[in-house]
Amino acid sequence: MSWFSRMTRGEAAFQVVAVVLVTLLGVTTLYPFIHVLSVSLSSPSEAMRPGVHLWPKALTLDAYVHAVRLNGIWIGFANTIYRTVIGTLLSVFVMSLGAYALSKKHLPHRSAYTMLVVVTMFFSGGLIPMFLLMKGIGLYDTRWALIIPGLFNTFYMLIMRNFFMSIPGELEESAKMDGAGDFRVLFQLVLPLSKPILATISLWLAVHHWNEWFNGLIYIQDQSKVVLQIYLRRLIVENNDSDVQFLMEQATGSMAQIVPETIKAAVLMIGTIPILLIFPFIQKHFVKGIMLGSIKG
Amino acid sequence: MKSSLSALSSSSSRPAVPEPRVSVWEQYKKCKYLLVMLIPLFLYYLIFEYGPLYGVQIAFKDYQIRAGIWESPWAGIKHFDYMFTASPEFYRILWNTVVISFYHLIFGFPAPILLALLFNELRIGWFKKLSQTISYLPHFLSWVVLGGLLITILSPTTGAVNAVLEWLGFAPIYFLGDPDYFRFTLVVSSIWKEIGWGTIIYLAALTGIDPHLYEAARMDGAGRWKQTLHITLPGIMHVIAILFIFRTGQVLNAGFDQIFNLYNPAVYSVADILDTYVYRVGLTQLQYSFTTAVGLFKNVIAFSLVLLTNYVVKKLGQEGIL
Repeated sequence: MSWFSRMTRGEAAFQVVAVVLVTLLGVTTLYPFIHVLSVSLSSPSEAMRPGVHLWPKALTLDAYVHAVRLNGIWIGFANTIYRTVIGTLLSVFVMSLGAYALSKKHLPHRSAYTMLVVVTMFFSGGLIPMFLLMKGIGLYDTRWALIIPGLFNTFYMLIMRNFFMSIPGELEESAKMDGAGDFRVLFQLVLPLSKPILATISLWLAVHHWNEWFNGLIYIQDQSKVVLQIYLRRLIVENNDSDVQFLMEQATGSMAQIVPETIKAAVLMIGTIPILLIFPFIQKHFVKGIMLGSIKG
Repeated sequence: MKSSLSALSSSSSRPAVPEPRVSVWEQYKKCKYLLVMLIPLFLYYLIFEYGPLYGVQIAFKDYQIRAGIWESPWAGIKHFDYMFTASPEFYRILWNTVVISFYHLIFGFPAPILLALLFNELRIGWFKKLSQTISYLPHFLSWVVLGGLLITILSPTTGAVNAVLEWLGFAPIYFLGDPDYFRFTLVVSSIWKEIGWGTIIYLAALTGIDPHLYEAARMDGAGRWKQTLHITLPGIMHVIAILFIFRTGQVLNAGFDQIFNLYNPAVYSVADILDTYVYRVGLTQLQYSFTTAVGLFKNVIAFSLVLLTNYVVKKLGQEGIL
């Protein structure tokens, strides 16, 4: 610990204070997750005990056995995965087309088109006109309502455009000399060179789709099209647990001892675990992405 | 280190240089494939970004579902008149929006700056990295999930926070159901969610500070505190200033996602903001025309604020977003 011995007394004390403060923050950040996880794995009487839960007591998986029998979870997962995969791929595809065209200086009226796109970040028609539009064009209560309204993200597209513009023009010139058209240049030269930015933006879009719930709330009625976030919301935030009550009435033996709170905690964990699992691997790409957005390429 | 928003501006203001005496038609012909690439973009922005503006007219009409937007009868400024003079709720909701937003600004805005300075002081590499990673976590979860977590741990009967309060000798507090505490809960939980993520931009700015400055300061006998005050803070001041100005332009966005997943009728009096009101009264009580008027009021002010803050940033010699 040479760095420590080299410090003055004051610096060492300061270091200790900083470590303590940051540790406290870390504990505060993680505690709610640990609490809900412990409750979901505890026996009903332990789960209902008021107080701090740091680890499961009287460990049982009953809540999870119940939770996975909730149809809504699986419908939710299916719809969420669908919109995440299709929505992300489609967005990246159409945004890279648009970003590439807007990156070309020889496109006439390019700055006017860019302006038309950029200003949309600062105004909106508002919730009701958007809702009426979605009904009017027939997207209401279709899965497209989860994908199309956010298909273009102006900010991400401009980051892509800036990245494309940073690619040396000579590369494209020589490809053009060899007879490649705009589409070939984009797909065989520009996009392969832009893999890092495409990966980052895909991750942003995917996490957005996974977490998005408002469009799922206002545009979807059909129960077979409900996304996971909306099912979680209904069960936990709106406390509408008729599904859970129905399961519990069906249960027999020790399974019938269960309380809705542990099942809800289990559902919450099932909905959170996918993000918790991939989070450590994707967060550094997000951090890199912020840099890409903030420092001009 | 420019502001995070500078990505928007680069070269959008630089006009394309037209070659002399080549007609626009000729120029377009040369890049017809680029135009094909722009088709999805044009369609999307026309329909989904500009399209809703067509429906804004119902703010001046009495919208009837059968008649539709175009055929519904005109109503003049009736809805605005009601909003400003007769509505029992409008001013309360406007007030809530501004107050909550203001709290977020004065408490939430400095939080990541302080944490970034703290992270910057940490000398143990792995500890710094680990705590940064942990602090980013809540940013990646939706307010639906976080709402579920908060409802669980803040419960007045079974929640952990109240158990600790009681253990310390305090009476339990219904954080999500007591109008006296709800805004406090909003501000703290939103700091909890975003404080770690918010540090990234400041930490990036910190790496841009010349290390020689610190060396020189140490030679002159400046301690950690003096260094922070005279080198670190001034070094990131421009980033702080720009983010602050842009944040003030967002004053009418008080955090719909968060409030919508945490509020309940018991706290409507302090928690109902313009966005939640438009949703509830518009989409659930079907008062389309009136809430479109409320939304229009909000959007016009928000747009003006953005233009204003952008103007201020440019005056300060920084790159704006428009």
